[in-house]
Amino acid sequence: MDISLLAMLCVTAIAAIRIRDLFAVTMLFGIYSFLTATFFLSLDAIDVAFTEAAVGAGITTVLMLATLRLTGRYERKPKHNIFIPLIVVSITGAALVYGTLDAPLLGDPNAPAQQHVSPRYIEESPKEIGIPNMVTSVLASYRGYDTLGETFVIFCAGLAVIIILGIQDSGEVHPGRSAIGDQLVLRVVVKVLLPFILLFALYVQLHGDYGAGGGFQAGIIFASGFILYDLVFGEGDARLIIPPTFLKRMAALGVLLYASVGLYSLFNGKAFLDYSALSDNPTSAQHIGIFLVELGVGITVFSVALTIFFAFSGRAQITVKTDRRPPL
Amino acid sequence: MSNVAGLFNYWVVIFLMMAGFFVVISQGNLVKKIIGLSLFQASAFILYISIGHVSGGEVPIYVEGSNLYSNPLPHVLILTAIVVSVSTTAVGLAIIIRIKETYNTVEEDEIQVIDNRKDDEDEPVVVEEKHSSEYKEDRS
Amino acid sequence: MSLVDHLPILIIIIPLIAAPLCVLFDSAKASWLLALAACISSFIGSIKLLNTITLSGPISYSLGGWQPPWGIEYRLDLLSIILLLLLTSIASLVVLFARYSVEQEISKNRIVPFYATLLLAIAGLSGICISGDVFNLFVFLEISSIASYTLISLGKDRRALNAAFKYLVMGTIGATFILIGIGFLYMQTGTLNMQDLSERLPSLYDNRTIRAGFAFLTVGVCLKLALFPLHLWLPNAYAYAPSVVSAFLAATATKVAVYMLLRFLLTVFDFNFSLNTMPLDVILIALGSVAIVSSSLVAIFQVNLKRLLAYSSIAQLGYISLSIGLASKLGIASAIIHLFNHALMKGALFLALGAMIYKVGGAELKHCQGMLKRMPLTSLAIIIGGLSLIGIPGTAGFISKWSMINASLEAGLWPLALLILFGSLLAIIYVWKMVEAITLQPSTSTATAPLTRDEAPLTMLVPIWALVIANIYYGINTELTVSLAQRAANILVGGY
Repeated sequence: MDISLLAMLCVTAIAAIRIRDLFAVTMLFGIYSFLTATFFLSLDAIDVAFTEAAVGAGITTVLMLATLRLTGRYERKPKHNIFIPLIVVSITGAALVYGTLDAPLLGDPNAPAQQHVSPRYIEESPKEIGIPNMVTSVLASYRGYDTLGETFVIFCAGLAVIIILGIQDSGEVHPGRSAIGDQLVLRVVVKVLLPFILLFALYVQLHGDYGAGGGFQAGIIFASGFILYDLVFGEGDARLIIPPTFLKRMAALGVLLYASVGLYSLFNGKAFLDYSALSDNPTSAQHIGIFLVELGVGITVFSVALTIFFAFSGRAQITVKTDRRPPL
Repeated sequence: MSNVAGLFNYWVVIFLMMAGFFVVISQGNLVKKIIGLSLFQASAFILYISIGHVSGGEVPIYVEGSNLYSNPLPHVLILTAIVVSVSTTAVGLAIIIRIKETYNTVEEDEIQVIDNRKDDEDEPVVVEEKHSSEYKEDRS
Repeated sequence: MSLVDHLPILIIIIPLIAAPLCVLFDSAKASWLLALAACISSFIGSIKLLNTITLSGPISYSLGGWQPPWGIEYRLDLLSIILLLLLTSIASLVVLFARYSVEQEISKNRIVPFYATLLLAIAGLSGICISGDVFNLFVFLEISSIASYTLISLGKDRRALNAAFKYLVMGTIGATFILIGIGFLYMQTGTLNMQDLSERLPSLYDNRTIRAGFAFLTVGVCLKLALFPLHLWLPNAYAYAPSVVSAFLAATATKVAVYMLLRFLLTVFDFNFSLNTMPLDVILIALGSVAIVSSSLVAIFQVNLKRLLAYSSIAQLGYISLSIGLASKLGIASAIIHLFNHALMKGALFLALGAMIYKVGGAELKHCQGMLKRMPLTSLAIIIGGLSLIGIPGTAGFISKWSMINASLEAGLWPLALLILFGSLLAIIYVWKMVEAITLQPSTSTATAPLTRDEAPLTMLVPIWALVIANIYYGINTELTVSLAQRAANILVGGY
């Protein structure tokens, strides 16, 4: 299972180097992400697999396609000398292999990484935090501050795209004109599917304590629902439901919600993000804290993902129209 | 022999990382560079998840009666790293779109030629502020 | 815990929270005020922390109330607080300066997200300097990096876009290298906490995984540090970014990279392993020397003054890595002194150029005509900043150079002392080029505007001159910088 997956990953990577049709390369990248996610699954990392599938195979691929639509599908035949890159890559690779020579073998339960720090998460977190999913416990509580940083990274990416590309606040809407043409079957399917996608997102948001999921994955799925709607029903349709200025504010509110949980504990004499300030019962305090910060993450991720999509697709509409370049 | 089997996984991952890294530093097309960067990062993530893998261990979600789990910490780190990676990709692609609009190419060497050429001229090349709203005025 | 105990987190979280608040208020003026208030409060907090640390030693703060190594720790020692003081003071001055400059250089609908992004860059860089957890450091590194790419891309010249993209690619490669390095360390130690790592690593110094991890961390940081030959992203990034951004990044971003290098080499690993067991000392000296000579030479031929200063920055980073490579307490102390002083010089110079761009419309040699008459105060600032860059006695630059020459001689490497002097000679040439353009060249009829006095507004002059005066003050009163840097170096070399 593992060997075949790894072999497929290698083939995909080599193909991605050799092929000059960027559309194909992007598709290969999506496949690569999907294979990676499967590999993560086989290594028992379901949360990571879920996220990699949603992000790598989902959002990233969509963004790459949107970019290709503007920049052209084929790359020019490279004139570069590949000699120096080959040397750099060989040296780096050799250093990495050198580093693995003393590495613990794959799956060794006595490896140092399994012996220090993490046993506490595995043994104590179900009692200390009171939720079964250890990944959520570490993510939102033990290392909750990293996750705050991560949420700010997303927020920053949203600001970056607004700055670099700009965004139509109340741009033209073409209810009839969808990016993929008028597809009656698709419309019906999407209309039926949409409520379920949004419901599923809510489930993922709330279920993170028990299974794979959490604010990040939920935000992505919720945003995908709107992206799908926009793609199928017409350019700018989703923008009518959620105007971009509103999204910008929501993204800000999401990170603020996360940070204010931290500030609340701070003003109650506890350390920043110490959830025990939230309730007298230690485990329910953790529950409340994790719920609130995951909600903050979910709101920010949803708003930023949708903002980025609007910015990219808005740019595509304009340029395609003015340049009269045939769509991909 | 068991060593080779246990380390083989790492070596394949290293090959994958280097494939991505090679794309970044050898290709002239900016979009392909970004794709390479994402491949490079995604493969580095596999390295981390491999570190946390425990043979016979379970998914790190507590179940009554089970006591051997995979290490949740690398999972958490990589969740964060995936998010960081997609954010960087989005910003990179956004910059590429603007580069295409102002240079009318996304090939590195062509951009370099244009950059160097302008060095000799007097006036700096000012980027046209192409905001969506302004486009609308253009067309009307 | 009283509010004072929370200062370590407050000085980071205040600029961090101010960013989304700017977006909520959605007004250019409110954003500017908010950014200014946030930076100044962080600055005041840093001063307070400096007092605490000099009196009672390092401070540790457990985020989320979880004890390290299970939770994330903020740890402040002398080196951290020096960097934080530098960052927050420069950030306050740059934001004060920003108001008119930004109004002119950045389109109206981008001003609010601009301030928000600038605040994120400030908070990200500060977060790096205070974190006692290697992965948390990576997260804040990425906040500051993504914010920096964005800020650079805002430049008016289209080359800013290409520069931002190059920086993004190089920066992300660097960050991924750092990530791989952290992974290798984690693989063998099971921990991410710096102090915990420093206790567990010495017994593993022969381990090949640890050695590879060391190499990846170093190369990754050197990419961010723009150490020759990994510097190619820097000149255009600084040259074509908006004035405010150039000033802020030139004064702080590479300095924080130097901080990371020192932190990894001397705290996570230790002095003996990093600079004696591993051949890094020789590499740093060699690359530093090449950087000094080659970049100074390139700087001489620049027409764009921002680009000239950018190349000079690469040379200065050469001096810093050379000092670290000397592998002595005095060498490390000199690196810290120069890190501090160089930030003051480049801050002053880039801000002065920003004022010039604001009034004259550009920062190329031809724009300098009649500058002395038109903007006497700004011109004088450029001249004094330039003197400090050369290392004329009475300026901060002299203290740096003096200390570095002493450190080279102490190590018995007199050719390096000569090299540092030679670098200063080259600096005289490129600084002279600027000064000559400003003072001597007669104003020709091609000058577009009449040569009446037209000085920059007060909110620009105050930050410029604050930094210029700092350059003179730290050139005369060496107690603060030199003694603090020496104490910090002692702590770093002697252990955490």
